[in-house]
Amino acid sequence: MTYLDSKISYCLSSKAITNKDLANEFDEATADAIFAKTGISTRFQTEGDILASDLGFLAAEKLFSEHNIQKETIDFIVFVSSCLDYKSPTTACVLQDRLGLNINIGAIDILHGCTGFIYGLSTAKGLIATNQAKNILLITADSPSKLVHPEDLELLSIFSDGAAATLVANRNSKVSGEIGQFVFGTDGIGAKNLMSTRSGMRNPTDANWFKENKAVPSGLKWGKLEMNGSQIFIFSIRTVPKLVNDILVKESLAIEDIDLFVFHQANGVMLDFLRSKLKIPKKKFYLNIENKGNTVSATIPIALKDAFSEGLITKGCKVLVAGFGIGYSWGGTVIRY
Amino acid sequence: MEIEVFLGKIKAEFNEDYDIGDLGLDDNIKKMDWWSSMHALVIIALIDTEYDVMLEPSQMKSANTVRELFTVVNNIKV
Repeated sequence: MTYLDSKISYCLSSKAITNKDLANEFDEATADAIFAKTGISTRFQTEGDILASDLGFLAAEKLFSEHNIQKETIDFIVFVSSCLDYKSPTTACVLQDRLGLNINIGAIDILHGCTGFIYGLSTAKGLIATNQAKNILLITADSPSKLVHPEDLELLSIFSDGAAATLVANRNSKVSGEIGQFVFGTDGIGAKNLMSTRSGMRNPTDANWFKENKAVPSGLKWGKLEMNGSQIFIFSIRTVPKLVNDILVKESLAIEDIDLFVFHQANGVMLDFLRSKLKIPKKKFYLNIENKGNTVSATIPIALKDAFSEGLITKGCKVLVAGFGIGYSWGGTVIRY
Repeated sequence: MEIEVFLGKIKAEFNEDYDIGDLGLDDNIKKMDWWSSMHALVIIALIDTEYDVMLEPSQMKSANTVRELFTVVNNIKV
């Protein structure tokens, strides 16, 4: 069996951006209107050249120190992000060295966004089930602010930079959760609706691109995130209820059997509607987006950590986790603590 | 496709958490105090799911009542 350890650590960027900060920058916006559209009060942005892997590194170091985990026990590292350091080598390789982990371990990247934690968990479960690893360091990290145009209020108000480090192991600890069966879905028709353009081999940056963006502080040198928010919203409210039902059917459970629902913290307004549509009681639906923002692949483990800290997850709890968004992609499972 | 069924589906989509009152076929939904862009997107998603019609933003904008929305959807389906 495979277990998600309750030991989770996370790291947010030090620079907090409030709705008031955004309203001061954008004449057409008010702090109340930004909150009404997003359900977010504060999000975080990295400064300078601090990237997702730097946040991931800090989260992993915090995991080792906060929970007294010996680095020598890690035999695989999975790094999930939509903001990788390089196309090659893997950022996981770079982190193996930076973290001082053993060299006789595996290290892979998973390039993913909103569903990234689910993919990381599923990959880790597969590695353990096939006896390829016993203690997997799963890092989910993103720095979307690096890809957002400084005049794009919609994206600036949603996205946040952050990382989480979790341990997936082949043994049960004090309060760890058995990872259940997974449900996944993909519909590439939505690829264009949330995309980091100019960030890969297709349509690379060129002299004209830099000329066009020279007025932007970063010059959008890492690419540019573009989103059709309406289409993402419509996709989510069409897809997530079915995803939740498919997970419950696969696990032979009903909504009432789940003690806590932890969804990808995409947008507070959208999450409220999904909770209502699924008829999930408010006390069973975890939300921390208001003060964390949407940290892409890191939202679910950050929410799990916060839920643990608030005493909402204890031994015997069944927690349904669901990720959805960029791709389009969606996936989820149930964790039995 | 019956108009009363269409109205019923819209009402059902917004349960007690979203008090949309006793919405009628000819009420101007966009002048309701509860109306927001979220309601528009939820209705577009509902119509796509139930009737396999993906409304363009301009089509959604052109309809002010449920009856007008019904007509827009029906015209696309024909």
